[in-house]
Amino acid sequence: MSNSKMKILTNGILNENPVLRLVLGTCPTLAVTTMASNGIGMGLAATFVLICSNIVISALRKIIPDQVRIPCYITVIAGFVTLVQMIVKAYVPSLDKSLGVYLPLIVVNCIILGRAEMFASKNGVLDSALDGLGMGIGFTITLTIMGSIREILGSGTWMSGLGGLIPALGSDFAIRVIPESIDSFSLMTSAPGGFFVFGILMAGATWLTSRPKKEKAAAPAETAEGGNA
Amino acid sequence: MAVKLASIFFTMILVDNYVLAKFLGICPFLGVSKKLDSAVGMSLAVTFVMVMATAATWPIYMGILEPNGLGYLQTIVFILIIAILVQLLENFLKKFIPALYKALGVYLPLITTNCTILGVTILNIDNGYNFVESIVCAAGAGIGFLVAMVLFSGVRRRVEQAIVPECFKGLPITLVAAAMTSLSFMGFGGIVSAIFGV
Repeated sequence: MSNSKMKILTNGILNENPVLRLVLGTCPTLAVTTMASNGIGMGLAATFVLICSNIVISALRKIIPDQVRIPCYITVIAGFVTLVQMIVKAYVPSLDKSLGVYLPLIVVNCIILGRAEMFASKNGVLDSALDGLGMGIGFTITLTIMGSIREILGSGTWMSGLGGLIPALGSDFAIRVIPESIDSFSLMTSAPGGFFVFGILMAGATWLTSRPKKEKAAAPAETAEGGNA
Repeated sequence: MAVKLASIFFTMILVDNYVLAKFLGICPFLGVSKKLDSAVGMSLAVTFVMVMATAATWPIYMGILEPNGLGYLQTIVFILIIAILVQLLENFLKKFIPALYKALGVYLPLITTNCTILGVTILNIDNGYNFVESIVCAAGAGIGFLVAMVLFSGVRRRVEQAIVPECFKGLPITLVAAAMTSLSFMGFGGIVSAIFGV
């Protein structure tokens, strides 16, 4: 794999991490991360849609007329989301239950539309697929980290519900991190904890990426204004 | 009936607030809440589209998709209806109510990809609400969005002036402030069911 391809792939993991740096797809990030396993499930579902829609949109980029491109993109994305919904409902019903309305809402996840508009509509099929994969991995990792923090502090367990994704583990699989005798900080699994952990993680990512080169420490608020959905 | 509608309406505003409790529409919440007037404009546009979208999607789902076993097409059909509706609305306002278009126009294109709209239409179907309940629920969700945006734009003005560590500047500290706002809304839990006894 050439260097530039590798760069496209790794771009999404930290430097252009979709959630922490580009501030896209905040709604699912906050909503589903009450458990680490939900974060993994959501991340994988979004990655699948991201790769497929990036491939299709980049393959059709010369055919889709410029004026109606957004409705075209949304239709392609909605098609893949429906596919994911059916697969999840059929094979991982427990995940379908815990993601609820946020599974169909992948359609309006701005990471996917954002990458279609910013990357897939201008680049070749292979590059777009790699970009989708990289962004998807970045999204999944962020969601898993956030889910882990909230789950460990909020309910004292880790990876509970993973049995739904990997049946071999059994349905009541969970790793207890904080013993039951210590009261868990249940605020973490409710709404305020989500905002709080997200804020802390975003500050951490800013600190990490701006540390080596001081001039790159541009305010993250500037990039945030563009991200709308 | 009236009690049930009132309870749905106020639950959507205070207890199940879409932004602060259900995490829908976070992007406009963080993006447009800097100034009070743009926060109000955006929320009114969202409320308007939400009610219109619910009025359009509910009959289509119950009348066409559900009886023909096409429920799985919900996502595609709903997002297309919302996209078309927003476009129609933009053209209609431009032509017939230019004053309103001037006030809300800039926010309309952004609304198609706002997850509150698709969210409220899907949740109305999932909750099994009838047509009137769905409309009331959509209106409540919109007003709830307005309340959250207006309150938060006030909080944000104070936060911007605060001195914070370098890496917290901008969005991170805003999110921490949003956590506090959301915490204060948790205090409303149970208040609606206690008042209306439902």
